[in-house]
Amino acid sequence: EDVCAKFVSQKISKARWRPLSAAALQTPDVFATGSWDNEDNRISIWSVGDLGNVGLSGEYQGEPQLLCDIRHNGDVMDMQFLDQERIVVASSTGTVTVFRHHQNNQTLSANQRWEKAHYHVDQDTPCGGAACTGVICNNSEIVTVGEDGRINLFRVDQKDAVRTIDNADSSTLHAVTFLRTTEILTVNSIGQLKIWDLRQQRNEPSQIFSLTGDRVPLHCVDRHPNQQHIVATGGQDGMLSIWDIRQGTMPVSLLNAHEAEMWEVHFHPSNPDHLFTCSEDGSLWHWDTSTDISEKPSFLHQGGRSTTYFSHNTTNQSVISAWLSNDPTKDRMEITNLIPNQTLSVNSLDILGPCLVYGTDAEAIYVNRQLFA
Amino acid sequence: AAVPSQVVPGADPCARQLCFAWGPAEVLVCETLFGRRGGSPSRGKGGPGRASPPGALTGCVAGSGEAGPSSSRLFVVRKDQDIYIQTLRKLFNESHGIFVGLQRSAEELAGKSRKAQLVQVSKNYRSVIRACMEDMHQAAISTRDPALHSQYSTQVSVLSAMELIWNLCEILFVEAAGAGPLLLRLLDWVRLHVCDVDNMVREVLSSENPSKHELFWNVVDVFVLQGRMDEARHLLAKEASANPTSVNMYKILDDLMKKMPVPSLGNTQTLTEMELKWQHWHEECQRYLQDGTFASNSHMESICKILLGDEDAILEKKELMTTWYHFLVTQLLYSHPTVKPMELRMDLFLGGESSPEPLDMILMAAFEFEMHQVIKECSIALSNWWFVAHLTDLLDHCKLLQSHNLYFGSNMREFLLLEYASGLFSHHSLWQLGVDYFDHCPEYGRVYLELHIERIPLNTEQKALKVLRICEQRQMHEQVRSICKIMAMKALRNNRLGSALSWSIRAKDAAFATLISDRFLKDYCERGCFSDLDLIDNLGPSMLLSDRLTFLGKYREFHRLYGEKRFSEAAKLLLMLMTAHIAPCSFWMTLLTDALPLLEQKEVVFSAEQTYELMRCLEDLTAGKSDKKTCQDDDIETVKVEMLRLALARNLARVIVKEGTLEGS
Repeated sequence: EDVCAKFVSQKISKARWRPLSAAALQTPDVFATGSWDNEDNRISIWSVGDLGNVGLSGEYQGEPQLLCDIRHNGDVMDMQFLDQERIVVASSTGTVTVFRHHQNNQTLSANQRWEKAHYHVDQDTPCGGAACTGVICNNSEIVTVGEDGRINLFRVDQKDAVRTIDNADSSTLHAVTFLRTTEILTVNSIGQLKIWDLRQQRNEPSQIFSLTGDRVPLHCVDRHPNQQHIVATGGQDGMLSIWDIRQGTMPVSLLNAHEAEMWEVHFHPSNPDHLFTCSEDGSLWHWDTSTDISEKPSFLHQGGRSTTYFSHNTTNQSVISAWLSNDPTKDRMEITNLIPNQTLSVNSLDILGPCLVYGTDAEAIYVNRQLFA
Repeated sequence: AAVPSQVVPGADPCARQLCFAWGPAEVLVCETLFGRRGGSPSRGKGGPGRASPPGALTGCVAGSGEAGPSSSRLFVVRKDQDIYIQTLRKLFNESHGIFVGLQRSAEELAGKSRKAQLVQVSKNYRSVIRACMEDMHQAAISTRDPALHSQYSTQVSVLSAMELIWNLCEILFVEAAGAGPLLLRLLDWVRLHVCDVDNMVREVLSSENPSKHELFWNVVDVFVLQGRMDEARHLLAKEASANPTSVNMYKILDDLMKKMPVPSLGNTQTLTEMELKWQHWHEECQRYLQDGTFASNSHMESICKILLGDEDAILEKKELMTTWYHFLVTQLLYSHPTVKPMELRMDLFLGGESSPEPLDMILMAAFEFEMHQVIKECSIALSNWWFVAHLTDLLDHCKLLQSHNLYFGSNMREFLLLEYASGLFSHHSLWQLGVDYFDHCPEYGRVYLELHIERIPLNTEQKALKVLRICEQRQMHEQVRSICKIMAMKALRNNRLGSALSWSIRAKDAAFATLISDRFLKDYCERGCFSDLDLIDNLGPSMLLSDRLTFLGKYREFHRLYGEKRFSEAAKLLLMLMTAHIAPCSFWMTLLTDALPLLEQKEVVFSAEQTYELMRCLEDLTAGKSDKKTCQDDDIETVKVEMLRLALARNLARVIVKEGTLEGS
C-alpha cells in the first residue's frame, strides 16, 4: 500500500503539515503532531522525506521518523503552523503556546505563551483555566476560541491580547477559521455558525446561521479556499453541511456522512473540488466533486474501497460551484473511505499537495504521499 | 500478573494495621490507627488516583510518608504493571486491531479456510510481538542509563519468551498439523528460537577456510541436529574436497543425508508410505554403522549415530542444542518422524532438565497438550494479562476451550479478557482500547464497562463527548445521564448556563433543565435583562423538555414581541403564560408588572375579557399571599398591587368605552 503507519505510543489529537515555502517546488516532508489524554503530552515533529529512505524506483518507503519533540502541558486541542518554524498550540488548560522548531539542530522550544487565554470566572478554583478548543492563524494574527465561549485575538510578539470578546457565545465554541482577513467564522455546540467582524467594536456576531430542527453541535469548519462564500461544517451526528454565507441562514446542503462526531473537515487547499473529513467512528472520507459522473460507469469500485454516490438535497442556487450546484448531471459526488478496517477515532487530518497525514486514538499516525495516484 | 503474596515496600503489617480499598485494577493500602486510639481509621485523601512512575514495581508511596515515625502512609498497589510500559503500548494498540478483526471475522468460513484464517491471525499477533521486541531492543541499545538498559533487556527476554510460547501453541493447537508437517513446523520453531548457536555458525561460515575452523564439526552437528540437511551437506562437500583419501566415506554419508525421507507438506504421500521409506533408510544407516564404514572418523560416526536416533549420541551434543525442547524435536526427527501429536508425550521425559524454569513448565504443558495448564502457568509467570487474554481468545475461536468451566465468573476466555480490559481501564490513556474487549465478553462485559466508564475523569468537553459516544452506542442510558449531569454541573459552577443547558438537553434531563431555567429567570429578575440570548432564542423543539424551559422560551418570546412593538400579540402571550399555568406562581408578579407598560399604552391593548382575566390572576395571587406573614418587603409588593389595580381599572374603563363605541358604530 501507499500508506505507511507508525505506532507512536500516544493518542494523536492533531496532525499538521509544515507549510511549504513559496519558492520551492517540493512535496511536503515534515509534519507536526500533538497528543492528548496522556500524563505527559507531547508536540512532535516528524519527517517523511528522508533521502536515505527513498527506494530504487524513487518512491518513498520508510515510516515517519521522529525529528524532535517537546512536553506540552495539557491535552493538545488544536494546532496550526504560523510559518515554517512556528507552531501555535491550544491546550486543554486554556493556555496558548507558540513553539519554535529549530531546524538547524532539530529541537523544539516554547517561544511565547499566553497563560490562561481561556478561563472560567469561578472564584472557587484557583486554576480555573478553560480548554482552548480552536486556534487559527493568519500572518501574525492568532485567533483562539474556547469552552468559556470567549474569542481572543493575539498578535505574535505582543504580550497581551489585541482583542477579547468575553461571553461571545453562551455555549462552547468548537472551532474557528478565518473568512477574510478581518472576519472569522466560529461553530458552537448548539449548531450555530457565526461570522464575527473583528473591526467592529460590538461584541456580537455580524451574522448567525443555524441548523434547523435539533440543534446538533458543530465540531469543525472550513472555508473554500477560492470561493469564500462556501463554507463546510461537520457535526456531532457526522453530517457534512455546506453553507452559502451570502444568503439564507440555513445550510445549502446536508450530506449524510459519518456515524459519529466529525472532528475535522478540510477543503484541499489547491484543489478544492476535493474535501476530506474524519470522524470518531474511525473513518476518513474523501469527497470528490471533480468527476463528471456521466463519463464514468455508475458501478465504479476501486480495489476494495467502497465508493458511493450521494445526491445533494440542494435548494435553488445559481452558483457555478460543484459544492453548491444543483445541476442534475453534476449533482453527485464520489465518496471514498480511505480507511478499510476502522476501529478507533480518527481525530485529525491534514492535506497538502498530494500528501495526507492523519492521527488516531489507536496511537498511530498514517501518511499517504500519493493521494491522487 | 497476580503474585501470590507481594509485600508492599515500607508497609509493616506487624507495627500497624492496614486497611484496603479496591479501585479499578488497583488497591489502595493505607496504615490505620484503628484499634490503637480506638478511633476511626485514618483516611488518606485522594484515593487511588495518582499513578506511580511508569515501569515502577507494584507499590508506591503516596501521602506524607517520610515525616516522622507516627505519620501514616498510603500505598497504591497495582496488579497489571506492564500496562504502564511505554513501548508496550504499541503492542496493546496494534493487537487491539487484530483482536477486533478476529471477533468480526465471520465464522462462516468452514474447515480449511477458517483454519488458515486463524493461523494468519496468530501470525499477526506474533509479528506484533516481534515488532515490539525490535523496538525494545533498539531502546535497550540506545539508552545510556544502565538501569533502563537492564529493564529494557528484561522486557526483550520476556517478549521473546512470549513469542516462543505463542509460536508453539500456534503449531500444536491452532494449526494442529498432521504428523509429518507437524515435525517440519517444530523444526522451523527450533531454528527460529534457538539462536544461541547462530553466532558460531556465522563465524565459521565467514571464515576464510571453514573446514579448517576448529568449530567446523560443531556447525555441521548443529545443522544435522536442526534437520538442515542441505546446509550440512554443503559444508561436508568442502571438507571432502580437502580430504581426497577419505572421499568415499564422505560420499556415503552425503548419500545417506540426501536420501533421508522428509515428510511432505502436501498430501502427496500417505503415512504408511513414509514409514516404509523411513524403515528402509534406517536399515541402510544401520548397515553402514555396523560394517564400520565411518570407524576412521569419529565425527562422521557420531553423525551417523544421530541419523539413527541414538539417544546417547544426541545427548553428547547437549551444549549445541542448549535447550531440552531442541533435544526433544531432534529426538523426534530421527527416532520417530511420523509422530502424531498425541504421541509426543511419550518422549517428553527424555529431556528432563535439572530444575524446570517457568518457561520450561509452560512449554512442557504445551507439549502435553494441557492447554489450560499453559494458560495457568503463563498467568502466573508473566506480569501482564495481555498474553493469556489474547491467546485464550484465539484458542477459544479455534473451538478448543469449549468444555472447560470455571467455578466463578463465566468462562476462562471471558475471565481473562475482563482482567486485561480492566487493566487497560486503569490506565489514563489506554482505557479506550478496553471498551472493545468488554464488548466481546457476553456475560459480564456490559457490567464491567458500566462500572469502569463512570470512573473516567472528564477534564475536557471533547473527552466527555468521546465517553458519551461510547455509552450512547451501547444504549447505556444511566451512564449517559450521569455524564451529562456531571458536565452540566461543571458548566453551571463555571457560570456557563448555556453550556449547562445544552448538556441537560442532550441527556433529556428535565429536572436539570428546570434548575437551569430557574437560574436564567433569577438572573433576569436581578439584572433586568437576559443573558445568553443566542441560546434562548434558538431553543427550538428542545424547549419542550421541561415546563420551566418552555416558560423561559415563551417569556423571552414575549420580550421579543414587545421589543418589536407587536403589543397585542405580546399581551396575548403574557396572559396565556398565566392562564395556561405555564408560568410558575412565583413569577406571576413579574409577569403582571410586565403587563403595566402594556396597560399604559396609548392604544388599548388588552380587551375587556383579557383585562378581567388579568384581574383574576392578580386576585388569585394576592389571595394566596394574604394568609401568610407580612414584612417590609411586602410594602413594595403592596404598592405594586395598588398600581396594577389602578392600571387595570383604567384600562378596563378605556376598553369598555372603546368596545362600546366600536359596537355602536
